[in-house]
Amino acid sequence: MSNNDTKAPANKFLTVVKKVVSHQMFIPIMALLILAIVNLAFDPNFFKITLGKNNAGNPILSGPLITILDYGAETAILAIGMTLVTAAAGGQDISVGATIAIAGSAMLRVLCGTNPSPDTIQAPIIVAFLVACLVGMACGAFNGALVSFFKIQPMIATLILFTAGRSIAAWINLNKLPVVPDPKFAYFGGIIPGIPVPTPIFIMIACVLIMALILKFTNLGLYTQSVGINEKSAKLNGINPILIKFIAFVILGLCVAVAALIKVSRISTINYSVIAKDIEMDAILAVALGGNALSGGKFNMWASILGAYVFQFLTTTLYKFNIASSALPAYKATVVILLVFFSAPKVRETIGKGFKKLKESIGKSSKGAAGKASEGEA
Amino acid sequence: MDEYRLLEMRGIDKTFPGVRALQHVDFTLNKGEIHALMGENGAGKSTLIKVLTGVYSKDAGTIRLDGEEVKIHSPQDAQNAGISTVYQEITLCPNLSVAENMFIGRGNGKITNWREMNDRAKALLERLDIPAKATQQLANCSIAVQQMVAIARAIDMECKVLILDEPTSSLDEQEVEKLFGLMRDLKAMGVGIIFVTHFLDQVYEVCDKITVLRDGQLVGEYEIRDLPRVQLVAKMLGKEMDDLSDIKGEHEAYHSPDADMKIFEAVKLQSNAGIKPFNFYINKGEVNGFTGLLGSGRSECVRAIFGADRVIGGKVKVKGKAVKIHKPKDAMKNGIAYLPEDRKVDGIIGDLSVRENIILALQVMKGFFKPFTKAQAYAFADEYIKKLNIKTASADTPIKSLSGGNQQKVILARWLLMHPEYLILDEPTRGIDVGTKVDIQKLVLELASGGMSITFISSETDEMLRTCSRLIVMRDRKVVGELSGEDLTQSMIMSTIAGGESDE
Amino acid sequence: MDKKKLKVKGSIFNRISDTNLLLCITIVIFLLMYISAVVFLGGGFKKPQMFFNILNNEAPLIITACGMSIVMISGGIDISIGGVVALVSMSCAVYLDKTPGGGNLWVSLLIALAIGLLFGIVQGYLVSYCEIQPFIVTLAGMFFARGMTTIVNTDPFNVENSAFRKLKDTRITIPKMGSYTKKGLYQAAYIEIGVVVALVIVVVLFLVLRYTKLGRSFYAVGGNPQSALMLGINVKRTKFLSHVICGLMAGIGGYVYFLHVGSGAPSHATGMEMNAIASSIIGGTMLTGGVGNIIGTLFGVLSLSSIQNIVSSAGLGQAWWTGITIGAMLCLFLLIQSIVMWAKKRSLKA
Repeated sequence: MSNNDTKAPANKFLTVVKKVVSHQMFIPIMALLILAIVNLAFDPNFFKITLGKNNAGNPILSGPLITILDYGAETAILAIGMTLVTAAAGGQDISVGATIAIAGSAMLRVLCGTNPSPDTIQAPIIVAFLVACLVGMACGAFNGALVSFFKIQPMIATLILFTAGRSIAAWINLNKLPVVPDPKFAYFGGIIPGIPVPTPIFIMIACVLIMALILKFTNLGLYTQSVGINEKSAKLNGINPILIKFIAFVILGLCVAVAALIKVSRISTINYSVIAKDIEMDAILAVALGGNALSGGKFNMWASILGAYVFQFLTTTLYKFNIASSALPAYKATVVILLVFFSAPKVRETIGKGFKKLKESIGKSSKGAAGKASEGEA
Repeated sequence: MDEYRLLEMRGIDKTFPGVRALQHVDFTLNKGEIHALMGENGAGKSTLIKVLTGVYSKDAGTIRLDGEEVKIHSPQDAQNAGISTVYQEITLCPNLSVAENMFIGRGNGKITNWREMNDRAKALLERLDIPAKATQQLANCSIAVQQMVAIARAIDMECKVLILDEPTSSLDEQEVEKLFGLMRDLKAMGVGIIFVTHFLDQVYEVCDKITVLRDGQLVGEYEIRDLPRVQLVAKMLGKEMDDLSDIKGEHEAYHSPDADMKIFEAVKLQSNAGIKPFNFYINKGEVNGFTGLLGSGRSECVRAIFGADRVIGGKVKVKGKAVKIHKPKDAMKNGIAYLPEDRKVDGIIGDLSVRENIILALQVMKGFFKPFTKAQAYAFADEYIKKLNIKTASADTPIKSLSGGNQQKVILARWLLMHPEYLILDEPTRGIDVGTKVDIQKLVLELASGGMSITFISSETDEMLRTCSRLIVMRDRKVVGELSGEDLTQSMIMSTIAGGESDE
Repeated sequence: MDKKKLKVKGSIFNRISDTNLLLCITIVIFLLMYISAVVFLGGGFKKPQMFFNILNNEAPLIITACGMSIVMISGGIDISIGGVVALVSMSCAVYLDKTPGGGNLWVSLLIALAIGLLFGIVQGYLVSYCEIQPFIVTLAGMFFARGMTTIVNTDPFNVENSAFRKLKDTRITIPKMGSYTKKGLYQAAYIEIGVVVALVIVVVLFLVLRYTKLGRSFYAVGGNPQSALMLGINVKRTKFLSHVICGLMAGIGGYVYFLHVGSGAPSHATGMEMNAIASSIIGGTMLTGGVGNIIGTLFGVLSLSSIQNIVSSAGLGQAWWTGITIGAMLCLFLLIQSIVMWAKKRSLKA
């Protein structure tokens, strides 16, 4: 659109730069790179991964990178479902933290029965997990029904479970805090003896793969985006918007159950008011950091997952700088605001214009640098 | 000459990413003049108006009002300068009362005096004979009333310049007449009126002058008496129109032994959209249409056929077999396709690419678990982009960045790709340029002679007369007659619509 | 044939605006709930002080929820208010107790207002002029405020400043509303200063929304920003101001909260934003914007708080019942709203 005075090869280069810069994945990837560089600058060993042994004498990989991948798993898994819900319903589910508590509590109820500290588990772990899946999906279905059938805005509809969820979770186990006696249960949030990579990483990869397959071999993506962009015309093309929105919430419910498995397994018990606290905010931010519009429509799943890891990377980095965990949110918030500020279309446009003016005033000599920046708009 | 130049726009430039929407456009409006602004879609009419009203900022050029240069950066500035506007889409707030919609954003006071405002609004509503209460919430009024409220607001502002950007598309004939009366009154008071419309009849009924734009450039300014219709159309298109007349003759009607097979038949069909039960059928290769005034239930009938509204009664047969059509997908399975009336609201999926928009319907038919491969999708898209001559940068361009006519072609491609046996076109030519209109009419006849059954709905009766061989006439949400053969004339349609209680 | 069309439809739904319809539902449900509590539960509910205590406890929520309603009416949302309230009370607490020689009350009030305004201005600027989604901006605002609170001071502590304690313990007695204890002692009914502040704010904001150009602009912008622009309203400034007002309310609400609890703590006002949103919704404000009423919000807060009181007096001792009941009530209100709006649309169509 501009730069028609540039020579052909330079122009081509600029088009490529423009394409790269304006790509949805640019901001999250840039953020990851900057974080990596900052970390490397302060700690050359940041990317070092060492093989050590844990308390039980099992081999385990450790290092900041592993920590990031490990602890970012829940947010990444939730980001999958949250992206779908955002795209289809044009709103967010703020109840995921509370529903993790419900699903986790249900899992513990099945594993431990009514006795808070049994000697053996009362049911196979797989049964407990399946029950958690059902509970998670039921919560998703409840939210989904309110949003799709009753046409209540997602944030408001999910406010119900957000308010009641943790109380329901406490009620399921009558406010007792059961402890799972079987060490195998701790595998899901820790490591499986003999495999040095933390299990959550595998679970996360499995979820991402399954989602990738679903997106490839079904029309979920096309349908969801159609419903999110223009519900009426999607309907006239034979798509059932109610069903699609409902499904998005149910899928998120499933993601919640998986995240609950990891969360509960990490500590083998539960704390109703603290478990997965604020994780809904992390998941929503992951979607936003990935450059997806929170008003719904087009989405990019991979950008959301990347967004989740940007967030976790940031957390780990801040810990490395010895920032107290309670003060962490202030720093996170600052970074998030900077990120969304610079990815806001309006801001990019203004910056682009500013650079163009600068370019004009400096003249053609410095075309390269300013030109690049002005291409940052769009 | 007592011509007083009220508004002068000189050398207006406006560029959007990738498009030069206006190139050095001049426009002059005299006092007490009704001036039509004409052009195809994408010619730059709306952009010019939005520059004048401060919605867009211009890149270059000057605007003079009463001889003095004015800077207009926002709709507020425009209002303060004495320019008031009625836009094509209703730009009122549905959650506010009728009176508030008339008075909000005007004047400098900080406090709202409800009683005074309601009284003034009431007087205005009575004067203009608008069937609404001042205190009523706007959302509770019909679309036509909402449009009249917008007009009332614009008129009441004691403006120097009144801009009417396609205000008549949702009004019925009497309301249009009322509007024209108002326009003439204002003209007598010395207000300059800019009138944008797609209806040529209306231009020749009220306007004094015509300015024609094409591809963002000024073609010229003409006195209305110096520019006959044919020439106006030629100026808008930039070429002499070969014909707008008899395209029906060019196409053979469908003549096969199965020509009298009833592709679709409905008995006492009724939907929840408030239409009376109606009977309907269409033969193979036939083109028929629903006609009637706006709001007479034309669209509601075809929506009921397609299952777009909830069907609450009646029996439906496809090719003689009884079927149930509850939702659009049922209709699609039975080979019925429906191009909706409102392209923006019901048709396009704005952020998706042309390719995705084209394959959508066929994809839904194929099933959730069987997506097309990318190669297949591109093949389909490219085929129809070529076939229908869709002007788009590529198959990956988001459909929202295409012009109205091309968007309509994409939606048409979507349904043709499905190879339907019965195609319903609801106002396929509304708001698109004359060239594309003729293209679409020709295409309809071509498809019909190939054996496709088509129901065609249009607000422009001559367009229907050119394409349809049978017309179903509607009044007050009821089918009141059926015309075919010799009876297919403008006057017959009019008298059927008017019916027994006609007072014409 | 024409006459029929000209007649304005007369159904009840047609004559009442969305805002008033939802307001009526809220007030009716609140009254039903409170009266049935008085009749069936009796006890504390029979004493007027029960009602005044609700006011005393919820004054900060009333103030912040009013701010929230204005943002919601303009089509936005503000998640940061709980965080801002915590930050305000912590900052004021630190200032009052940790400045050598003790802080000045007026200065502490200024601090509170400044913090609120600052949040409002920055968030409003990012939302309206940079066009970033309000949810994200204010979510970050919440994180920032919560983080800052612990940076100001990590541990909770009670304020001992004497001037402050005096103000805090000021009670305004209400004549003829008192009650007798079991021992026959007369206890005068009272409200705290915060309640007066809250009621003044409710009245002022109600008048602003109803009678000023700015107030009506909030509705217009929330109803349809595009149209509002075309109608000559400065949409960006209107949105900006809605956030500034909300920020200011968070500041005032924060100070009233501080006055009520008399301490600073990072965990103060946890989840207050969600309570404010819930109250606004119960009070008939719609998150889609353009519909809502400050009086409704007041009743929304009262309903929410009454539910909590009813649950605890109904002998449902276990802690979880409160959360579940509030969730259920919220669900009920939402469904009623949804069904009423649906019925309204239906009656209009027919």
